[in-house]
Amino acid sequence: MYGIPEFRLPKKIVAKEVDTLKKLGVKIETNVVIGKTLTIDELFEMGYEAVFIGSGAGLPNFMGIPGESLKGVYSANEFLTRSNLMKSYLQSPETPIMKGGKVAVVGGGNVAMDAARTALRLGAEKVYIVYRRSMEELPARREEVEHAEEEGIEFRLLCNPTEILGYNNPDDVRDPKNGFVTGMTCVRMELGEPDERGRRRPVVIPDSEFTIDVDTVIMSIGTSPNPLIKSTTEGLEVNRHGGIIVNEDGLTSRNAVYAGGDAVTGAATVISAMGAGKTAAKAIDEALSK
Amino acid sequence: MYKIVEKKVLNPTVIQLWIEAPLVANKAKPGQFIILRVDEDGERIPLTVAGVNKEKGTVKIIFQVVGGTTKKLSYKEAGEYIQDFVGPLGVATHLDGLRKVCIVGGGVGCAIAMPIAEALHAMGAHVTSIIGFRNKDLLILEDEFKACSDVLRVMTDDGSYGEHGNVTVPLKEMLEAGEKFDMIITIGPLIMMKFVVATAKPFGTPVTASMNPIMIDGTGMCGGCRLTLNVDGKKVTKFACVDGPDFNGYEIDFDEAMSRGRMYSDFERHAYENSCNLFKKEVQ
Repeated sequence: MYGIPEFRLPKKIVAKEVDTLKKLGVKIETNVVIGKTLTIDELFEMGYEAVFIGSGAGLPNFMGIPGESLKGVYSANEFLTRSNLMKSYLQSPETPIMKGGKVAVVGGGNVAMDAARTALRLGAEKVYIVYRRSMEELPARREEVEHAEEEGIEFRLLCNPTEILGYNNPDDVRDPKNGFVTGMTCVRMELGEPDERGRRRPVVIPDSEFTIDVDTVIMSIGTSPNPLIKSTTEGLEVNRHGGIIVNEDGLTSRNAVYAGGDAVTGAATVISAMGAGKTAAKAIDEALSK
Repeated sequence: MYKIVEKKVLNPTVIQLWIEAPLVANKAKPGQFIILRVDEDGERIPLTVAGVNKEKGTVKIIFQVVGGTTKKLSYKEAGEYIQDFVGPLGVATHLDGLRKVCIVGGGVGCAIAMPIAEALHAMGAHVTSIIGFRNKDLLILEDEFKACSDVLRVMTDDGSYGEHGNVTVPLKEMLEAGEKFDMIITIGPLIMMKFVVATAKPFGTPVTASMNPIMIDGTGMCGGCRLTLNVDGKKVTKFACVDGPDFNGYEIDFDEAMSRGRMYSDFERHAYENSCNLFKKEVQ
């Protein structure tokens, strides 16, 4: 409901799944942010005997290049949330979004494909995927790439942004166009020696700078886990990327606290998250039946 | 659904609501915020907690009618419900160890500054409050500030009430007279906070500013509320929802924050007008 676009996972299907859970007797409490409204320890105090953390991916990464705070630069999370959860695709939405124009999506993952195809559906006249390696290394699923290509999304491969350019009227600081994106400067890349993971490292080709004419830039270069639960749950261990550490049953370093999905693995697919949920559910059931 | 238990119109554009939300009331501390949605297709908007009543399980919010959503919220009466109300979010204002503090609030920002002044007063700290408004009609919470401040200065831009001038006038005067504050806490329009920082700078008084950027998610997921800090000459991106909303005033890039704040101003103006038109139709 939050970020996955309608064309990929219709809300109807999600609603049906949720209904099935409700029919099984699952009670769903909304508007409770664990780590803020309540803590994991308070849940145990309230009488719960096991907790499963499925809090998803967290803070979006940015590149750290000049211009990322200009108006018209989104993280993929924000763009997809505005469009899906907040329904800015409606004719007269209450939540605004930049529509139309030329859009560059930076990154090559499944989320980047989602963002690019959503931008197209919101009425963009041109959508680019900007990725610093070649098609071979592009991490999105092949099927996603094919769909994106079919829909007319242009892949600018072996390209890396170095700066996002904004409108600036030096004669009028109050010009309403000031601070909006007008383009993105990139450099061309070539693949060099493989890194420690065996992926060929992209290297900048000298003097290859060029500018793409765009008015929206969507950064889709991954997320770091949200520290909210970790920082309020004593004894919950995380790895160096911030992902919660679990054993093969999904059990964390805390007794009776389980976790799965993006909160453990970093951004991945719904399918693997569902798998993790089932594994942990089985383990929780066994542990509580003892 | 969350029930509105009390409604009070503070001035022609500022409204105070007490909302039944026991879990939020139980945890909220000064400086934290909530996110609400008026109805199912509504926009998520952040509002800073203006007070809590733990016994009754209620939370006070004070908001100014500026766009479509706040307009719609302003039509809600006591006894009616809003769809969602989640929190408390963000980091509470750090008050530990403060003995002498100057609170500088502007406009509806005073609503957020007030619980901080109250908490400091309850801690036994010396509280100086400078509150500023465009004019007499927009004045809010004067009595509440009087009750928790050792010194209170009320300013209006046009001189129609209190003293004539903006909030930096008495601040500068006090600092020049040798007043030593442990901290200046400022909450209000970005341009005002920018000038509070500039006023305090020659005296080296620490300034905490409470930021109010555009926010969607409020729990660190979307990055929409990001702002740039200049920390030791390096630019650092921070998220107001999880790292803030309070930041060191000397580090904030206010100009950028002001520009980002205007991202949807055209849209908001239309949303506000549409919302008014809908209301007119309903009345007819």
